[in-house]
Amino acid sequence: MTPQFLAETSRPGRLGYSHRRHLRERFIETLLLLMAFVSVAITLAIVVMLVKESLVFFQQVPVWDFLTDTQWTPLFDNAHYGILPLISGTLVSSAVALLVAIPLGTIIAIYLSEFAPFAVREIAKPFLEMLGGVPTVVYGYFALLFVTPLLQKIFPELPGFSLLSAGLVMGIMIIPYVSSMSEDAMRAVPMHIREGSYAMGATRFQTAIRVVIPAAFSGIAAAYILGISRAVGETMVVAVAAGMQPNLTWNPMEPAATITSYIVQVSLGDLPHGSIGYQTIFAAGLTLFLLTLTFNIIGHILRKRYREVY
Amino acid sequence: MQNTKNLQEIRRLIVRHKRLDFLFMVIGVIALMIAILSFIALFAHMLIEGMPRLSWDFFTSFPSRHPGSAGILSAWVGTILVMLVTAAAAVPIGIGAGVYLEEYAPNNIITEIIEINITNLAGVPSIIYGLLALGIFVYQLGFGQSILSAGLVLALLILPIVIVTTREAIRSIPIAIREGAYALGASKWQTVSDHLLPYSAAGIMTGVIIGLARAIGETAPIITIGALTFIAFLPPSPIKAEFPFLSFEWLTAPFTVMPIQMFNWVSRPQEEFQFNAAAAGLILVVMTLVMNAFAIYVRYRMRKNIKW
Repeated sequence: MTPQFLAETSRPGRLGYSHRRHLRERFIETLLLLMAFVSVAITLAIVVMLVKESLVFFQQVPVWDFLTDTQWTPLFDNAHYGILPLISGTLVSSAVALLVAIPLGTIIAIYLSEFAPFAVREIAKPFLEMLGGVPTVVYGYFALLFVTPLLQKIFPELPGFSLLSAGLVMGIMIIPYVSSMSEDAMRAVPMHIREGSYAMGATRFQTAIRVVIPAAFSGIAAAYILGISRAVGETMVVAVAAGMQPNLTWNPMEPAATITSYIVQVSLGDLPHGSIGYQTIFAAGLTLFLLTLTFNIIGHILRKRYREVY
Repeated sequence: MQNTKNLQEIRRLIVRHKRLDFLFMVIGVIALMIAILSFIALFAHMLIEGMPRLSWDFFTSFPSRHPGSAGILSAWVGTILVMLVTAAAAVPIGIGAGVYLEEYAPNNIITEIIEINITNLAGVPSIIYGLLALGIFVYQLGFGQSILSAGLVLALLILPIVIVTTREAIRSIPIAIREGAYALGASKWQTVSDHLLPYSAAGIMTGVIIGLARAIGETAPIITIGALTFIAFLPPSPIKAEFPFLSFEWLTAPFTVMPIQMFNWVSRPQEEFQFNAAAAGLILVVMTLVMNAFAIYVRYRMRKNIKW
């Protein structure tokens, strides 16, 4: 039996079963590697695309003007290409959002991780997850048609479009992000550290503030940073509720455009491919990409650090 | 005397700290309530404004200049077709990449680059993907402002979600299963396709559903590729009466999707259109919630049933 079997598999001039199998294995492995490589290709494509179109743009507009000019009017006859008004709009709306999301998200995380009974946590977590799953254009609707009229009752002088209401709603939108990631970080703190604190007679609040939060700090910081990155890149809420007029202001009560809403505004119109107006959205996109990339890298480093501690 | 005084002080301290504890618990519940109540407010507001518009006609009419007779026919058909393309592209690539990283990848610099990349991609704002698609799919590859371009860009967007959940699902399978397969002479791919993929199917499915739920609501990248907002016709039907029965003309057709239609209605000044926006938003939210709830249910069932 055995000799015949050996003869079958090693007969010269024919692909033996094991050889075919080996080839198939190699083929599949290469195919899977290519699939994994798609993600790298996407990143490269994003960078190449943004840089290529921006380079054409910066041949016509000096980088210095782009960074210091205080007007952004690329579609007017007297065109100005200063990114500052878009950056101010982005920063103000993000700041409002973070003023809502960071305190509420942190408190919810502490409550869910340290205080809440099991049943509350089991109900609240999927609920928060769903809150994070609502399409952003729906939040935009909510900001424009529910929050703005509500705010106008408190501040009668608030215009119909404002960074304030867009920012507030964006904040609510980001709460689940901040809370779930901070909670994960707090949950990663080993139980015996808490038990040590309780054994010394500390209350749950003291344990949370003085033991758990310092231990989970880099994870919580990562949650904040990624929240910032999310707020900076958020598009639909500001496009719907903040107005799309570039406006160099630090006052959240005014309407203004952000980098993202400018891109939306240009895309809604119909600019010819290759025109300078078309290239402005890539220059704006590159600015946005670099901003969020910086935050993502910081967040990534922080998150890696807290994972390594325990 | 001294002792009892100390004792009283300590008791007061304990009472004060317990009060602080309780106070924080109240604050925590309030914070949670703010998040939950704003969701309820959002849903209730859309329900009140949009409910009267919800009728059979709303689903079977095209958008129109007259708010009373406008509907979402082209939008929901477009959404389904775009989702088909997205799923067809993101599911195989996402699962393949997840399997590679979890089972095949050697511990080297290339693997690390791929991993860092995926984490980073998950944080790139969706509108940047839109710019990528505008440059590459629409102009360089010449797909135009079509269902194909839209489906592909959403596939890129949800790829990190599919990859990460695939990896988590495969990682949770005990090593003994793999060793058992190898011991019986199975090759790596036989182990993956006959054991690991079937056992992690439920986990992978939750990832795919969550990804698609996210893709359904994405607006920004689709606006960026320049999708028209006023579409009063349907793409060509994918099924033909004559041979070969299937047609892919619809891939290159102009289209609109639910979130774009809603955005279009929200940004109109007339109040009647905003009722339409509310109705479309309601359908959109219910769709994503049902998908998310289904994914949570699948995950819950899976945790309950599988005991290694």
